[in-house]
Amino acid sequence: MKIAIASGKGGTGKSTVAANLAYVLSRSRDVVLVDCDVEEPNLHLFFPAAAVDVPVTTPVPAIDPARCTFCGECGKFCRFGALSVLKDSVLVFPELCHSCGGCVLVCPQGAVREVPRTVGRVACSRPLPRLTLVSGVLNEGEVQAPAVIRAAKMLGEGHPLAVYDAAPGIACPVIETLEGSDACVLVTESTPFGLHDLSLAAEVVEKLGIPAGVVINRSDGEDAPTVAFCREHDLPVLMTIPFSREIAAVQNRGGLICRDLPGWEERFAGLVRKVSP
Amino acid sequence: MIVCITARAAGTDAPVEERFGRAPYFVFVNTETGASESVQNPLVDAAGGVGPRAVQMLSEHGATAVITGQVGGNAGKALEAGGIKAYAYRGSGSVADALAGYTAGTLTPLALS
Repeated sequence: MKIAIASGKGGTGKSTVAANLAYVLSRSRDVVLVDCDVEEPNLHLFFPAAAVDVPVTTPVPAIDPARCTFCGECGKFCRFGALSVLKDSVLVFPELCHSCGGCVLVCPQGAVREVPRTVGRVACSRPLPRLTLVSGVLNEGEVQAPAVIRAAKMLGEGHPLAVYDAAPGIACPVIETLEGSDACVLVTESTPFGLHDLSLAAEVVEKLGIPAGVVINRSDGEDAPTVAFCREHDLPVLMTIPFSREIAAVQNRGGLICRDLPGWEERFAGLVRKVSP
Repeated sequence: MIVCITARAAGTDAPVEERFGRAPYFVFVNTETGASESVQNPLVDAAGGVGPRAVQMLSEHGATAVITGQVGGNAGKALEAGGIKAYAYRGSGSVADALAGYTAGTLTPLALS
C-alpha cells in the first residue's frame, strides 16, 4: 500500500505527519518513507543516518557537428528555448531542457542524440531496523523535480508499505507523487489559507480518484469551517493535532511527537488504522 | 546590414520596447536600403526560454545588431555565439529614433556575458 501525505498549503505539517506515521508503522512492520519534496527534503532531520547516494540523470540533447546543417528544426520545435540554432552554431541550454526528446525526432539529419545530465540524487538510508528512508534531492537551480521524484519512488518500490511525503502546492511535483498512491492524507491548519489550499488539494485527489482524509494540525479549536468543508466533500477528519507549545518544542529539536510525548504513539496508531486498515 | 529594434507595435514609428525576448514586435531595418520589416513575436506569452528563441529569430532574419533595453543571461550567450551585437536604448522614443541614435554612434553596447 502507498500512502501519500499532501497539503496544498506549505508549512501545515506534512513532514511531521509523514515522519510520525512512518515511525509508528515501523514499530510493527517494514515501511519505506519517501521524501518527495525534492526541492527542500527534510525527513532526514527526523531520522539522521548514513546514506548511500544514487545520482539522478535526465536526457538532454547533444549535437553532432559533422551532421548538423543548421536547418533550425530542433530550435523551432523546442518550446523551452533549450536549443538555439544560429548561422554556424547550435547552442544547447541544458538547464532549460525538459527532456521530451522532440529534437531527436524532428532532426532530418540524425544529428541530435541524447546524453545524460545529473539533475539531482536520491539518498537511501536505514535509520531504524524496519524503516527505510529514501530522500529525493533536486540540485539547486534545476527545474526537473518530477524526474527526481520518479527516481525516489522507484527506489522505494518493492516495499509492501510506502509513505510518500509530497511537496506543498498542487503542481507537477505533487501530481507525480500522488500518481499510483492508494490513499492520501491531506494535512491542513485551521486558518483561512489552510482551508483555501485544502480545497485545491481536495479537488486534485478527487480528480485523480485517490481516497483521502484530513489531518487538522495546529488546531486552535476553531476548526468549524474546516470540519464543515470536510463533511461537504466526504473527507473524514482522521486526526486533530492541537496548537501546543509542547508539540512545537519536540518538533523544533527534530524529535518525533509519537516517540517523545506520552499518548501520541497511540493517537498515530489510530491514524494508521484509519488509513491502512 | 540588418538591425533589429524591439518594439511595442509594427513599423518604424512604433515605440521601442525595453524587454528583449518578450517584446511584442521585432522591427528589422536594412541600413543600406532603409527598408523595414516588422515581425510579431510569438514568444510574448511563452512560459520560459524566450531569450535564446528570440535570438534564433533574429539570426534567421539576418540581423547582426539589436537595439533593446536589456538582455538576459541566456539571450546574451546566444547573441554572442551568433555574432549579434546588442545596444541599449532606454528612451521613450520610436524605432526610428533608436535607429538614428545607433547610426550616430550614441548608443552604449550591452555587455552580453
